[in-house]
Amino acid sequence: MSTDTRVAVNKTYKLFIGGKFPRSESGRSYEVYAAPRGAKTSRTFTDPAFLANVAKGSRKDARNAVQAARKAQSGWAGATAYNRGQVLYRVAEVMEGRRSQFAAEVAQAEGLSSARADAVVTAAIDRWVWYAGWSDKFAQVLGGLNPVAGPFFNISAPEPTGVVAVLAPQSSSLLGLVSVVAPVIVSGNTAVVLTSQDRPIPAITLSEALATSDVPGGVVNLITADTAEVAPWLASHRDVNGLDLTGAAGVSGLDWGDLEAGAADNLKRVLRPGGSGVTAVEPDFTATPALSRMTTFLETKTVWHPKGT
Amino acid sequence: MPTFDYAPAPESRAILDIKPSYGLFINGEFVDGHGASFKTVSPSTEEVLAEVSEADEQDVDAAVAAARTAYGRVWSRMSGADRGKYLFRIARILQERSREFAVLESLDNGKPIKESRDIDVPLAAAHFFYHAGWADKLDHASLGDDPRPYGVVGQVIPWNFPLLMMAWKIAPALATGNTVVLKPAETTPLTALLFAEVCQQAELPPGVVNIITGAGSTGQTLVEHEGVDKVAFTGSTGVGKAIARAIAGTRKKATLELGGKAANIVFDDAPIDQAVEGIVNGIFFNQGHVCCAGSRLLVQESVADEVEEKLKRRLGHLRVGDPLDKNTDIGAINSAEQLARITEMTEIGEAEGAQRWSPACELPSTGYWFAPTVFTGVSQTHRIAQEEIFGPVLSVLTFRTPGEAVAKANNTPYGLSAGIWTEKGSRILWMADQLKAGVVWANTFNKLDPTSPFGGFKESGYGREGGRHGLEAYVKTGAN
Repeated sequence: MSTDTRVAVNKTYKLFIGGKFPRSESGRSYEVYAAPRGAKTSRTFTDPAFLANVAKGSRKDARNAVQAARKAQSGWAGATAYNRGQVLYRVAEVMEGRRSQFAAEVAQAEGLSSARADAVVTAAIDRWVWYAGWSDKFAQVLGGLNPVAGPFFNISAPEPTGVVAVLAPQSSSLLGLVSVVAPVIVSGNTAVVLTSQDRPIPAITLSEALATSDVPGGVVNLITADTAEVAPWLASHRDVNGLDLTGAAGVSGLDWGDLEAGAADNLKRVLRPGGSGVTAVEPDFTATPALSRMTTFLETKTVWHPKGT
Repeated sequence: MPTFDYAPAPESRAILDIKPSYGLFINGEFVDGHGASFKTVSPSTEEVLAEVSEADEQDVDAAVAAARTAYGRVWSRMSGADRGKYLFRIARILQERSREFAVLESLDNGKPIKESRDIDVPLAAAHFFYHAGWADKLDHASLGDDPRPYGVVGQVIPWNFPLLMMAWKIAPALATGNTVVLKPAETTPLTALLFAEVCQQAELPPGVVNIITGAGSTGQTLVEHEGVDKVAFTGSTGVGKAIARAIAGTRKKATLELGGKAANIVFDDAPIDQAVEGIVNGIFFNQGHVCCAGSRLLVQESVADEVEEKLKRRLGHLRVGDPLDKNTDIGAINSAEQLARITEMTEIGEAEGAQRWSPACELPSTGYWFAPTVFTGVSQTHRIAQEEIFGPVLSVLTFRTPGEAVAKANNTPYGLSAGIWTEKGSRILWMADQLKAGVVWANTFNKLDPTSPFGGFKESGYGREGGRHGLEAYVKTGAN
């Protein structure tokens, strides 16, 4: 090794709570490795490289994140739809400027070629743009006037459910993550997200993009953690209003039915994982999303007023 | 001044042909259940009206199997237009037999005939008429790609609006192509069983609608049945949570319409006389057996005395008594059990220090009765301000600013409905934005319509019934 090779400055990977980057209150971290490339028997096989010690979020970190999300929720929901749309679009802009970093991290995390990783980053950026456009349209598509049989003005419109706990997909570390977070926040919900457990680094970089994209602190909170350890606390948390179980697929020792049962304590709105029966399967995130990712975390409010002179 | 009393004006029971006993309606015909039979009584007199079969597990199996067969062989293969025609037929027959349904409903439930006649029955018919028109237009309902039915739906309904809740459940399920097994409440099975006759007269294919009677255990067997693809429940928040737990980890879908503790908020610029009518309608409609009842009155401090005085004067003129009398405003409490619950909650209200008031009114000596009751001096932490009483009991609280009204209104685990009384338009819209409630009535209360989605925020449940939104609960879309 030549003497002029620079020693790189490695980053400490931390949580993202309330717009800040704290370490886990537990003081714990866990080792994250790159996905192996090639087949184990082939000559091109490489042992997974050590990437970083990542903060290992705890129950207390999750509760702090719920507090931050609650604090941010009314302000975010109260922003105009136009404003929320611009903020989501801004996330896409900031990601575009950091494409190469995202692509390199996705390639390492998911074991993809650089061309395929690049395509994933493109799709993730475009997904923000797609949802940015929904911010001032979903209410028109989903709401409207009801022609009641009487002299009344009657209108229904969707509103955000509140604070949503999201289990981000385990495999699709960036596109999957964006595909579950954007539909939750576009309507004015705030999110507490457990990132992919073994592939958390693209999520941590996304938190840096969010922090510099006019997304108010607390709207998205990202926790790197042992999913099976922390998810039950979020599922049963009484100040959480919704639960997205997409990322329950592929987590050993985690029964999504138990999480859903915990969510029943305060009747959280639950988005079940893909698959059939008890089997949870991670969906294909390249397809155009279904509206159910948004509508599961929307409440219809109907207002009546008499007409008269 | 001379006093003008109302002469009795009872609606005749002669129109009814109540059978001494009823079986279960499975696969288009009445069959005997295998459980012990039970009696349904008229709550206003405690007269036994009929014996009703209780469905056990074997009967639930049979009903679900009938619904499955009807789904696979007939209903899922039928065109939407033809499904709609059956629903139109049902709507028309309900209209034709409306007097019969109204009298039976008031007899079995205890509600005033003017309500069953003018609200429950016409709205039930309107629900079928509205949903009939959707059956062949689901592709235009913005429900997502390729909307299709789940299959067999298990439905459990409460005793407060027996026929109307049944219509809310059955009409959208059938319009979207599902088949149904429905369990009416234990204390009010008769109009659902009369509806079974309507299905026969409409020549609805056997098994498309199955009605099974019984108590809570029958309902639990139904919602947990493996052959049921979707559950729809209206009732208490406690049971709703138990259902959510029971179906956790399965692929069974649920809609839950649960309890409420609605705030009816009166500002100082409100039209006070109209507001008083709205307050009375809000909590004393249907004896307060209404999940969206305005059971908390939040009145702005500056007009609290005036509103209280006018409210008490108005309550002095309410007529409590025979549900079949056309002049009756308040009928009987539905059951001895519910009467005990209301009595207990009002005793707790007194013990916690709120002031109790009722107008002078004579209650009948037999049956289950409770005088309209108002509590003043109620604070946020009192149980009568937090828990659903489900009876003719109003808790009065005061506020000073709109912000305080919102904070107090939202300070319950429920979020079903709310009322706003003010002449200021911008305040109505601001308040409507702030209130965490699925239905907000401004300068009106307790209005319902088939086109208008109904359902709650928070622990008042999830899913909507009525309107385009109500269809969403009964279809799957896309690749799911």
